[in-house]
Amino acid sequence: MPNESLAVTKKLPTEFDRRAFFTRIGLGSLGIAAAGTIVFTYEFLSPNVLFEPSAIVNLGKPEDFAVNSVTMDVNSAIYVVRAEEGFFALSEICTHLGCLTAWNQDLGIIVCPCHGSKFTRTGEKIEGPAPKPLPWLKTWVSDDGDLLVDRSTNIPPLQYLRI
Amino acid sequence: MPLNAEQTIEKVRGSRIWRSVFRSGTGNSTLHRALAIQQNIFLHLFATKVRKRMVRFSATWFLGTLTFGTFLILVITGILLMLYYHPSVPQAYADMKDLQFVVSSGLFLRNLHRWSAQLMVFLVFAHMFKVFYRGAYRAPREFNWVVGIVLLLITLLLSYTGYLLPWDQLAFWAITVGSNLSSAVPLVGNKIHFLLLGGNQVNANALLRFYVLHCVVLPIAAVLFIAVHFWRIRKDGGLYVQQSEPKVSRASDSIEPAQEVK
Repeated sequence: MPNESLAVTKKLPTEFDRRAFFTRIGLGSLGIAAAGTIVFTYEFLSPNVLFEPSAIVNLGKPEDFAVNSVTMDVNSAIYVVRAEEGFFALSEICTHLGCLTAWNQDLGIIVCPCHGSKFTRTGEKIEGPAPKPLPWLKTWVSDDGDLLVDRSTNIPPLQYLRI
Repeated sequence: MPLNAEQTIEKVRGSRIWRSVFRSGTGNSTLHRALAIQQNIFLHLFATKVRKRMVRFSATWFLGTLTFGTFLILVITGILLMLYYHPSVPQAYADMKDLQFVVSSGLFLRNLHRWSAQLMVFLVFAHMFKVFYRGAYRAPREFNWVVGIVLLLITLLLSYTGYLLPWDQLAFWAITVGSNLSSAVPLVGNKIHFLLLGGNQVNANALLRFYVLHCVVLPIAAVLFIAVHFWRIRKDGGLYVQQSEPKVSRASDSIEPAQEVK
Protein backbone atom coordinates (compact mmCIF):
# COMPACT_ATOMS: atom_id res chain seq x y z
CA MET A 1 0.00 0.00 0.00
CA PRO A 2 1.45 3.40 -0.96
CA ASN A 3 -0.09 5.02 2.12
CA GLU A 4 1.77 2.71 4.45
CA SER A 5 5.14 3.41 2.82
CA LEU A 6 4.42 7.15 3.16
CA ALA A 7 3.65 6.70 6.82
CA VAL A 8 6.97 4.97 7.32
CA THR A 9 9.06 7.67 5.63
CA LYS A 10 7.10 10.51 7.29
CA LYS A 11 9.21 12.18 9.93
CA LEU A 12 8.18 12.33 13.52
CA PRO A 13 7.34 15.85 14.69
CA THR A 14 10.20 15.81 17.19
CA GLU A 15 12.75 14.92 14.51
CA PHE A 16 14.95 17.76 13.51
CA ASP A 17 16.94 17.83 10.29
CA ARG A 18 19.96 19.96 9.52
CA ARG A 19 18.04 22.36 7.29
CA ALA A 20 15.43 23.13 9.97
CA PHE A 21 18.20 23.59 12.51
CA PHE A 22 20.06 26.14 10.40
CA THR A 23 16.82 27.91 9.45
CA ARG A 24 16.00 28.36 13.11
CA ILE A 25 19.52 29.55 13.92
CA GLY A 26 19.29 32.02 11.03
CA LEU A 27 15.87 33.32 12.00
CA GLY A 28 16.92 33.53 15.65
CA SER A 29 20.02 35.57 14.75
CA LEU A 30 17.94 37.91 12.60
CA GLY A 31 15.50 38.33 15.48
CA ILE A 32 18.29 39.17 17.91
CA ALA A 33 19.82 41.59 15.38
CA ALA A 34 16.43 43.29 14.86
CA ALA A 35 15.88 43.64 18.62
CA GLY A 36 19.42 45.03 18.97
CA THR A 37 18.77 47.51 16.17
CA ILE A 38 15.65 48.76 17.95
CA VAL A 39 17.55 49.20 21.22
CA PHE A 40 20.51 50.94 19.52
CA THR A 41 18.17 53.24 17.57
CA TYR A 42 16.27 54.16 20.71
CA GLU A 43 19.49 54.88 22.58
CA PHE A 44 20.91 56.86 19.68
CA LEU A 45 17.78 59.03 19.54
CA SER A 46 17.86 59.74 23.29
CA PRO A 47 20.48 62.45 23.94
CA ASN A 48 22.80 61.70 26.87
CA VAL A 49 23.84 65.31 27.34
CA LEU A 50 21.34 68.14 27.16
CA PHE A 51 22.28 71.78 26.76
CA GLU A 52 19.24 72.91 28.65
CA PRO A 53 19.27 75.38 31.54
CA SER A 54 19.87 73.84 34.96
CA ALA A 55 16.80 72.68 36.83
CA ILE A 56 18.00 74.45 39.98
CA VAL A 57 17.34 78.18 40.07
CA ASN A 58 18.87 80.67 42.47
CA LEU A 59 16.32 83.36 43.38
CA GLY A 60 18.47 85.48 45.66
CA LYS A 61 17.79 86.46 49.25
CA PRO A 62 14.41 85.53 50.78
CA GLU A 63 14.16 88.96 52.39
CA ASP A 64 13.76 90.51 48.94
CA PHE A 65 10.27 88.98 48.64
CA ALA A 66 7.52 90.88 50.42
CA VAL A 67 5.01 88.99 52.55
CA ASN A 68 1.85 88.09 50.59
CA SER A 69 3.57 88.60 47.25
CA VAL A 70 3.63 86.52 44.08
CA THR A 71 6.77 86.95 41.98
CA MET A 72 6.75 85.69 38.42
CA ASP A 73 10.14 84.59 37.10
CA VAL A 74 9.47 84.22 33.38
CA ASN A 75 12.99 83.04 32.50
CA SER A 76 12.84 80.04 34.79
CA ALA A 77 9.03 79.60 34.46
CA ILE A 78 8.27 79.60 38.20
CA TYR A 79 6.23 81.62 40.68
CA VAL A 80 7.78 82.42 44.02
CA VAL A 81 5.06 83.01 46.56
CA ARG A 82 5.69 84.38 50.00
CA ALA A 83 2.57 83.70 52.01
CA GLU A 84 2.13 84.31 55.72
CA GLU A 85 2.77 80.61 56.30
CA GLY A 86 6.11 80.77 54.46
CA PHE A 87 7.65 80.43 51.01
CA PHE A 88 6.70 78.13 48.19
CA ALA A 89 7.46 77.86 44.46
CA LEU A 90 4.96 76.89 41.77
CA SER A 91 5.59 75.84 38.22
CA GLU A 92 4.40 78.43 35.72
CA ILE A 93 3.85 75.77 33.05
CA CYS A 94 0.19 74.98 32.53
CA THR A 95 -0.64 71.32 33.18
CA HIS A 96 -2.93 71.29 30.16
CA LEU A 97 -0.58 71.64 27.18
CA GLY A 98 2.52 73.36 28.50
CA CYS A 99 1.82 77.05 27.88
CA LEU A 100 3.29 79.68 30.18
CA THR A 101 0.65 80.94 32.62
CA ALA A 102 0.63 84.47 34.06
CA TRP A 103 -0.17 85.96 37.47
CA ASN A 104 -3.09 88.39 37.38
CA GLN A 105 -2.52 90.82 40.26
CA ASP A 106 -5.97 92.42 40.05
CA LEU A 107 -7.95 89.18 40.23
CA GLY A 108 -5.40 87.45 42.43
CA ILE A 109 -5.36 84.33 40.27
CA ILE A 110 -3.05 82.57 37.79
CA VAL A 111 -4.40 82.49 34.22
CA CYS A 112 -3.28 80.53 31.17
CA PRO A 113 -3.54 82.55 27.94
CA CYS A 114 -3.78 79.51 25.65
CA HIS A 115 -6.95 77.70 26.69
CA GLY A 116 -8.22 79.72 29.66
CA SER A 117 -7.34 77.56 32.66
CA LYS A 118 -7.40 79.46 35.96
CA PHE A 119 -5.60 78.57 39.18
CA THR A 120 -5.46 79.93 42.70
CA ARG A 121 -2.27 81.26 44.20
CA THR A 122 -1.57 77.83 45.66
CA GLY A 123 -1.92 76.17 42.25
CA GLU A 124 -5.37 74.64 42.64
CA LYS A 125 -7.48 74.68 39.50
CA ILE A 126 -10.47 77.02 39.51
CA GLU A 127 -11.70 76.29 35.98
CA GLY A 128 -10.55 75.35 32.49
CA PRO A 129 -9.17 72.27 30.73
CA ALA A 130 -6.06 71.77 32.92
CA PRO A 131 -6.24 68.21 34.30
CA LYS A 132 -4.00 68.80 37.33
CA PRO A 133 -3.12 71.65 39.71
CA LEU A 134 0.13 73.55 39.15
CA PRO A 135 2.82 71.51 40.88
CA TRP A 136 4.69 72.74 43.96
CA LEU A 137 8.46 72.66 43.46
CA LYS A 138 11.16 71.70 45.91
CA THR A 139 12.40 74.88 47.64
CA TRP A 140 15.20 75.33 50.16
CA VAL A 141 17.75 77.84 51.41
CA SER A 142 21.39 77.38 50.46
CA ASP A 143 24.34 77.70 52.85
CA ASP A 144 24.83 81.23 51.51
CA GLY A 145 21.29 82.13 52.52
CA ASP A 146 19.90 82.15 48.94
CA LEU A 147 16.49 80.79 48.04
CA LEU A 148 16.86 77.81 45.68
CA VAL A 149 14.20 76.01 43.66
CA ASP A 150 14.56 72.63 41.92
CA ARG A 151 12.20 72.75 38.92
CA SER A 152 12.55 69.03 38.25
CA THR A 153 11.31 67.91 41.69
CA ASN A 154 7.67 68.24 42.66
CA ILE A 155 6.59 68.18 46.30
CA PRO A 156 3.13 67.65 47.78
CA PRO A 157 1.20 70.95 48.06
CA LEU A 158 1.03 73.09 51.20
CA GLN A 159 4.56 72.28 52.34
CA TYR A 160 5.64 75.83 53.10
CA LEU A 161 9.29 76.74 53.58
CA ARG A 162 9.55 78.58 56.88
CA ILE A 163 12.63 80.67 57.42
CA MET B 1 14.91 70.05 -48.67
CA PRO B 2 14.67 71.43 -45.11
CA LEU B 3 12.61 69.40 -42.64
CA ASN B 4 9.52 70.89 -40.99
CA ALA B 5 9.01 70.74 -37.21
CA GLU B 6 7.06 67.49 -37.28
CA GLN B 7 9.65 65.76 -39.44
CA THR B 8 12.46 67.03 -37.20
CA ILE B 9 10.76 65.58 -34.12
CA GLU B 10 10.25 62.28 -35.96
CA LYS B 11 13.93 62.26 -36.96
CA VAL B 12 15.03 62.85 -33.38
CA ARG B 13 12.68 60.17 -32.10
CA GLY B 14 14.02 57.74 -34.67
CA SER B 15 17.66 58.43 -33.83
CA ARG B 16 19.83 55.84 -32.14
CA ILE B 17 20.34 57.94 -29.00
CA TRP B 18 16.61 58.52 -28.51
CA ARG B 19 15.87 54.85 -29.12
CA SER B 20 18.50 53.86 -26.56
CA VAL B 21 16.66 55.92 -23.91
CA PHE B 22 13.03 55.29 -24.84
CA ARG B 23 12.50 51.62 -25.49
CA SER B 24 8.96 51.86 -26.85
CA GLY B 25 9.94 53.07 -30.34
CA THR B 26 8.07 55.50 -32.53
CA GLY B 27 4.72 55.27 -34.19
CA ASN B 28 1.13 56.27 -33.70
CA SER B 29 -0.33 52.81 -33.46
CA THR B 30 -2.30 51.87 -30.36
CA LEU B 31 0.42 49.39 -29.48
CA HIS B 32 3.16 52.02 -29.63
CA ARG B 33 1.15 54.47 -27.57
CA ALA B 34 0.45 51.79 -24.99
CA LEU B 35 4.14 50.81 -24.93
CA ALA B 36 5.15 54.45 -24.38
CA ILE B 37 3.26 54.32 -21.07
CA GLN B 38 4.12 50.74 -20.15
CA GLN B 39 7.87 51.03 -20.84
CA ASN B 40 8.38 54.24 -18.82
CA ILE B 41 9.40 53.85 -15.18
CA PHE B 42 7.24 56.78 -14.05
CA LEU B 43 4.27 56.37 -16.39
CA HIS B 44 4.00 52.61 -15.94
CA LEU B 45 2.36 53.28 -12.56
CA PHE B 46 -0.66 54.33 -14.60
CA ALA B 47 -2.88 52.32 -16.91
CA THR B 48 -1.90 52.18 -20.59
CA LYS B 49 -5.51 52.84 -21.52
CA VAL B 50 -8.27 54.56 -19.59
CA ARG B 51 -11.94 55.06 -20.27
CA LYS B 52 -12.70 58.58 -21.40
CA ARG B 53 -15.30 59.07 -18.67
CA MET B 54 -12.67 58.33 -16.00
CA VAL B 55 -10.57 61.36 -16.95
CA ARG B 56 -13.48 63.79 -17.25
CA PHE B 57 -13.46 66.67 -14.76
CA SER B 58 -16.78 65.55 -13.28
CA ALA B 59 -15.38 62.13 -12.30
CA THR B 60 -12.82 63.36 -9.77
CA TRP B 61 -12.77 67.18 -10.01
CA PHE B 62 -9.01 66.47 -10.46
CA LEU B 63 -8.60 66.81 -6.67
CA GLY B 64 -5.96 64.06 -6.38
CA THR B 65 -3.95 65.48 -9.28
CA LEU B 66 -4.16 68.98 -7.80
CA THR B 67 -2.96 67.64 -4.43
CA PHE B 68 0.01 66.03 -6.18
CA GLY B 69 0.61 69.35 -7.97
CA THR B 70 0.86 71.21 -4.67
CA PHE B 71 3.20 68.47 -3.41
CA LEU B 72 5.52 69.06 -6.40
CA ILE B 73 5.46 72.82 -5.79
CA LEU B 74 6.30 72.18 -2.13
CA VAL B 75 9.23 69.91 -3.03
CA ILE B 76 10.70 72.41 -5.51
CA THR B 77 10.21 75.53 -3.35
CA GLY B 78 11.30 73.58 -0.26
CA ILE B 79 14.61 72.55 -1.83
CA LEU B 80 15.25 76.18 -2.84
CA LEU B 81 14.40 77.47 0.67
CA MET B 82 16.83 74.92 2.15
CA LEU B 83 19.69 76.73 0.39
CA TYR B 84 19.28 79.77 2.67
CA TYR B 85 17.90 78.25 5.87
CA HIS B 86 20.05 76.97 8.78
CA PRO B 87 18.17 74.86 11.33
CA SER B 88 19.99 76.36 14.34
CA VAL B 89 18.63 78.50 17.16
CA PRO B 90 20.68 81.67 16.49
CA GLN B 91 20.11 81.59 12.74
CA ALA B 92 16.69 80.10 11.96
CA TYR B 93 14.55 83.18 12.62
CA ALA B 94 17.07 85.54 11.01
CA ASP B 95 17.30 83.28 7.92
CA MET B 96 13.53 83.34 7.60
CA LYS B 97 13.57 87.16 7.76
CA ASP B 98 16.45 87.26 5.25
CA LEU B 99 14.38 85.13 2.91
CA GLN B 100 11.61 87.68 3.19
CA PHE B 101 13.64 90.87 2.85
CA VAL B 102 17.12 90.14 1.47
CA VAL B 103 17.07 87.13 -0.86
CA SER B 104 15.84 87.81 -4.39
CA SER B 105 12.45 86.17 -4.90
CA GLY B 106 12.78 84.78 -1.35
CA LEU B 107 9.51 86.30 -0.23
CA PHE B 108 7.75 84.83 -3.26
CA LEU B 109 9.21 81.35 -2.71
CA ARG B 110 8.50 81.34 1.01
CA ASN B 111 4.91 82.45 0.49
CA LEU B 112 4.48 79.95 -2.34
CA HIS B 113 5.71 77.21 0.02
CA ARG B 114 3.46 78.35 2.85
CA TRP B 115 0.30 78.81 0.80
CA SER B 116 0.83 75.59 -1.15
CA ALA B 117 1.14 73.79 2.19
CA GLN B 118 -2.18 75.24 3.36
CA LEU B 119 -3.75 74.40 0.00
CA MET B 120 -2.40 70.85 0.06
CA VAL B 121 -4.04 70.14 3.42
CA PHE B 122 -7.31 71.59 2.09
CA LEU B 123 -7.09 69.59 -1.17
CA VAL B 124 -6.30 66.34 0.67
CA PHE B 125 -9.49 66.76 2.70
CA ALA B 126 -11.51 67.77 -0.38
CA HIS B 127 -10.17 64.70 -2.25
CA MET B 128 -11.08 62.44 0.68
CA PHE B 129 -14.60 63.91 0.97
CA LYS B 130 -15.11 63.37 -2.76
CA VAL B 131 -13.90 59.76 -2.53
CA PHE B 132 -15.97 59.16 0.60
CA TYR B 133 -19.26 60.62 -0.58
CA ARG B 134 -19.04 58.92 -3.98
CA GLY B 135 -18.37 55.60 -2.27
CA ALA B 136 -15.13 55.17 -4.20
CA TYR B 137 -13.44 53.73 -1.11
CA ARG B 138 -15.41 50.47 -1.38
CA ALA B 139 -14.12 47.15 -2.70
CA PRO B 140 -11.83 46.64 -4.49
CA ARG B 141 -10.37 50.01 -3.50
CA GLU B 142 -10.38 49.60 0.32
CA PHE B 143 -6.61 49.27 0.55
CA ASN B 144 -6.01 52.40 -1.52
CA TRP B 145 -8.28 54.26 0.90
CA VAL B 146 -6.03 53.07 3.73
CA VAL B 147 -2.94 54.22 1.79
CA GLY B 148 -4.75 57.55 1.43
CA ILE B 149 -5.26 57.74 5.21
CA VAL B 150 -1.51 57.20 5.67
CA LEU B 151 -0.88 60.00 3.15
CA LEU B 152 -3.26 62.25 5.11
CA LEU B 153 -1.24 61.59 8.28
CA ILE B 154 2.05 62.25 6.44
CA THR B 155 0.60 65.51 5.07
CA LEU B 156 -0.45 66.63 8.55
CA LEU B 157 2.94 65.67 10.02
CA LEU B 158 4.73 67.57 7.24
CA SER B 159 2.55 70.57 8.00
CA TYR B 160 3.21 70.25 11.75
CA THR B 161 6.99 69.78 11.49
CA GLY B 162 7.25 72.70 9.05
CA TYR B 163 5.44 74.92 11.53
CA LEU B 164 8.42 75.00 13.92
CA LEU B 165 11.03 76.00 11.34
CA PRO B 166 10.40 79.81 11.29
CA TRP B 167 11.36 79.66 15.00
CA ASP B 168 9.12 82.55 16.03
CA GLN B 169 6.81 82.76 19.05
CA LEU B 170 3.88 81.23 17.15
CA ALA B 171 6.05 78.28 16.07
CA PHE B 172 7.55 77.78 19.53
CA TRP B 173 4.23 77.71 21.39
CA ALA B 174 2.40 75.72 18.75
CA ILE B 175 5.06 72.99 18.95
CA THR B 176 5.20 73.21 22.76
CA VAL B 177 1.44 72.61 22.88
CA GLY B 178 1.44 70.05 20.05
CA SER B 179 4.31 67.99 21.40
CA ASN B 180 2.69 67.93 24.83
CA LEU B 181 -0.20 66.05 23.22
CA SER B 182 2.19 63.13 22.71
CA SER B 183 2.81 63.05 26.48
CA ALA B 184 -0.81 61.98 26.88
CA VAL B 185 -0.06 58.55 25.34
CA PRO B 186 -0.36 56.01 28.17
CA LEU B 187 2.91 54.65 29.67
CA VAL B 188 5.29 55.73 26.89
CA GLY B 189 3.96 59.28 26.37
CA ASN B 190 6.85 61.04 28.12
CA LYS B 191 9.41 58.89 26.28
CA ILE B 192 7.83 59.74 22.90
CA HIS B 193 7.85 63.42 23.88
CA PHE B 194 11.52 63.20 24.85
CA LEU B 195 12.50 61.41 21.62
CA LEU B 196 10.47 63.77 19.44
CA LEU B 197 12.05 66.90 20.92
CA GLY B 198 15.45 65.37 21.69
CA GLY B 199 15.12 66.89 25.17
CA ASN B 200 12.58 68.09 27.69
CA GLN B 201 11.71 71.35 25.98
CA VAL B 202 11.49 72.83 22.49
CA ASN B 203 15.13 73.70 21.90
CA ALA B 204 18.03 73.32 19.44
CA ASN B 205 17.61 69.52 19.26
CA ALA B 206 13.89 69.83 18.59
CA LEU B 207 14.51 72.32 15.78
CA LEU B 208 17.05 70.01 14.14
CA ARG B 209 14.86 66.92 14.54
CA PHE B 210 11.84 68.65 13.08
CA TYR B 211 14.00 69.92 10.21
CA VAL B 212 15.25 66.41 9.37
CA LEU B 213 11.72 64.98 9.65
CA HIS B 214 10.33 67.80 7.50
CA CYS B 215 13.01 67.76 4.79
CA VAL B 216 14.09 64.11 4.61
CA VAL B 217 12.10 61.46 6.47
CA LEU B 218 8.52 62.55 5.79
CA PRO B 219 9.03 63.56 2.11
CA ILE B 220 10.62 60.14 1.38
CA ALA B 221 7.69 58.43 3.09
CA ALA B 222 5.27 60.62 1.12
CA VAL B 223 6.90 59.77 -2.24
CA LEU B 224 6.79 56.02 -1.49
CA PHE B 225 3.14 56.07 -0.44
CA ILE B 226 2.16 58.35 -3.35
CA ALA B 227 3.75 55.82 -5.75
CA VAL B 228 1.78 52.96 -4.17
CA HIS B 229 -1.38 55.11 -4.22
CA PHE B 230 -1.07 55.80 -7.98
CA TRP B 231 -0.11 52.22 -8.82
CA ARG B 232 -3.12 50.87 -6.91
CA ILE B 233 -5.48 53.02 -9.00
CA ARG B 234 -4.49 50.92 -12.03
CA LYS B 235 -4.51 47.64 -10.11
CA ASP B 236 -7.95 48.35 -8.66
CA GLY B 237 -9.50 48.93 -12.07
CA GLY B 238 -8.85 52.60 -12.69
CA LEU B 239 -10.49 55.70 -11.29
CA TYR B 240 -13.95 55.20 -9.89
CA VAL B 241 -16.78 56.35 -12.12
CA GLN B 242 -20.23 56.21 -10.66
CA GLN B 243 -22.15 55.28 -13.81
CA SER B 244 -21.76 51.86 -15.37
CA GLU B 245 -18.90 50.83 -13.11
CA PRO B 246 -17.53 47.65 -14.71
CA LYS B 247 -17.19 44.64 -12.50
CA VAL B 248 -13.64 44.75 -11.17
CA SER B 249 -12.06 41.67 -9.74
CA ARG B 250 -8.85 41.06 -7.91
CA ALA B 251 -6.21 38.80 -9.41
CA SER B 252 -7.10 36.12 -6.84
CA ASP B 253 -10.79 36.30 -7.83
CA SER B 254 -10.01 35.04 -11.33
CA ILE B 255 -9.28 31.56 -10.00
CA GLU B 256 -12.81 30.34 -10.51
CA PRO B 257 -14.13 27.02 -9.24
CA ALA B 258 -13.81 24.35 -11.92
CA GLN B 259 -17.53 23.74 -12.42
CA GLU B 260 -18.09 27.34 -13.51
CA VAL B 261 -15.62 27.10 -16.37
CA LYS B 262 -17.54 25.10 -18.93
